[in-house]
Amino acid sequence: MGDYTVQELTAIFAMQGFSGLSLFSVLLLMALGLAIIFGQMGVINMAHGEFMAVGAYTTYLLSVISEKYFPGFVQYYFLFAIVASFIVAGILGYLTEFILIRHLYKRPLDTLLATWGLSLIMQQSFRSIFGAREVSPGLPDWLMGSYQPTDMIDIPINGMFVLALTAVVTIGVYLLMYRSNWGLSVRATTQNRLMSGAVGINTKKIDRLTFALGCGIAGIAGAAFTTIASTGPTSGSLYIVDTFMVVVFGGAASLFGTIASAFTIAQAQSILEFFISGSMAKVITLLTLVVILMMRPEGLFSIKVRK
Amino acid sequence: MLEVSDLRVSYGQSEVIHGVNFEAKKNETLAIMGRNGMGKTTLFKSLIGILEAGEGSIKVDGQDVTGFESHERVASGIAYVPQGRMIFPTLSVQENIETGMQVSGLKRVPEDIYALFPVLFDMRNRKGGNLSGGQQQQLAIARALVTNPKVLLLDEPTEGIQPSIIKDIAKILNEIQEMRDITIIVSEQVLSFTMAIADRLIVIDSGKFIHEDLRKDVDVDKISKYLSV
Repeated sequence: MGDYTVQELTAIFAMQGFSGLSLFSVLLLMALGLAIIFGQMGVINMAHGEFMAVGAYTTYLLSVISEKYFPGFVQYYFLFAIVASFIVAGILGYLTEFILIRHLYKRPLDTLLATWGLSLIMQQSFRSIFGAREVSPGLPDWLMGSYQPTDMIDIPINGMFVLALTAVVTIGVYLLMYRSNWGLSVRATTQNRLMSGAVGINTKKIDRLTFALGCGIAGIAGAAFTTIASTGPTSGSLYIVDTFMVVVFGGAASLFGTIASAFTIAQAQSILEFFISGSMAKVITLLTLVVILMMRPEGLFSIKVRK
Repeated sequence: MLEVSDLRVSYGQSEVIHGVNFEAKKNETLAIMGRNGMGKTTLFKSLIGILEAGEGSIKVDGQDVTGFESHERVASGIAYVPQGRMIFPTLSVQENIETGMQVSGLKRVPEDIYALFPVLFDMRNRKGGNLSGGQQQQLAIARALVTNPKVLLLDEPTEGIQPSIIKDIAKILNEIQEMRDITIIVSEQVLSFTMAIADRLIVIDSGKFIHEDLRKDVDVDKISKYLSV
């Protein structure tokens, strides 16, 4: 790093740090949904990335529609797109649980295969419907441009928007999980499914809604994703491995752990990427993860109680 | 209040409960006694719906619940305190109790619950998993009571609990019996405990009922003999 001045280094760290924050936002939104579903039902949803892509394509569709038919609406469509992405991905998730997942609860490895198959089907559907080329929705003007605290530092506005959106969703998920009756039922079912039924919780209904919610949050991640990269049929699958890493590293069923691990992984990745190549950055991040997981197999944060 | 007729339960091909019939009346405490492996827990699991009944019927207050799922049975008035307590270890004591309130629609933990279990009030913000065995047993009973049951099932409530606490639990069950219109069915191996709470005792052996007596007529030596290996 000897070739950089202190001032340049600060600027690099600030900007790479911020681009890390954008990655963190998307990873966290993805991981929240995945962690809820994995923690609750033990289902490893390989198609989670595709639900993100569903959200991204929903946003793209809305952008195309509003540009064509409601030009005055273009400045605001994005806010509606976020809600629409949540709803569309949520409904798809609900149907997936109803048609596919619920028949496989007692066969966890089969859910892995089944959701992987589903992810291939969805990718091909994207390809058939939207074409193999990557698409980008037109962003409203207020999301463009950047904020320059000094001459050398550029902070993109879309990144800040995504970060704020992530904060809102995370707080929402927290309130839902820890302050509502529904969340209590989810946490009880996560710990002991049979016993939850035996205290009167309708665990099947909880499962269906949990899966829908997890997929819906992935949809929001997709909407956020469109502001920082373009969407292709395989965009979702690029993120799924990193997302799993976040969930495992954070410790399933720990919201705080998920946040901390998404932050660590995204920042390490982003800052290292500037100094060494992207793939080496990934190698170093993953190696560190493996070592830490060998020492703490249950993840960074896990609640300790007597067994 | 609870009518069970010709109930048969199997694990795969091997039948464990061979057609039992019994009825527990309102406000009655019924004890089902038997050694390990005689089918007590299997019977209780099939009553709450964790295991499916192969044949026969289960009625609560006249309503047939045989085809119901667990949570529907709880809604129709059965509550279950399983063997080994099975509280939710990472939920707080209060949250554990609240899981039982989803079905009864209560908004706050009723005062009489904490009056019955003062130790749970003191520990309401602790994680359930950090309680001692006896405290967890009380928590499991509290969690079952807030569902407002007509029939309370307790599977071996004294297992792994020290003798002085066993007496406390017997006292609590008697208080519950006085406070509410409730039928209590308890499975046990400890005769002194059931003699302190039960109105009627049934002995189960290899999935069949082989002996039945009112408590006042019980021949303690005879039942002890059934329970000894």
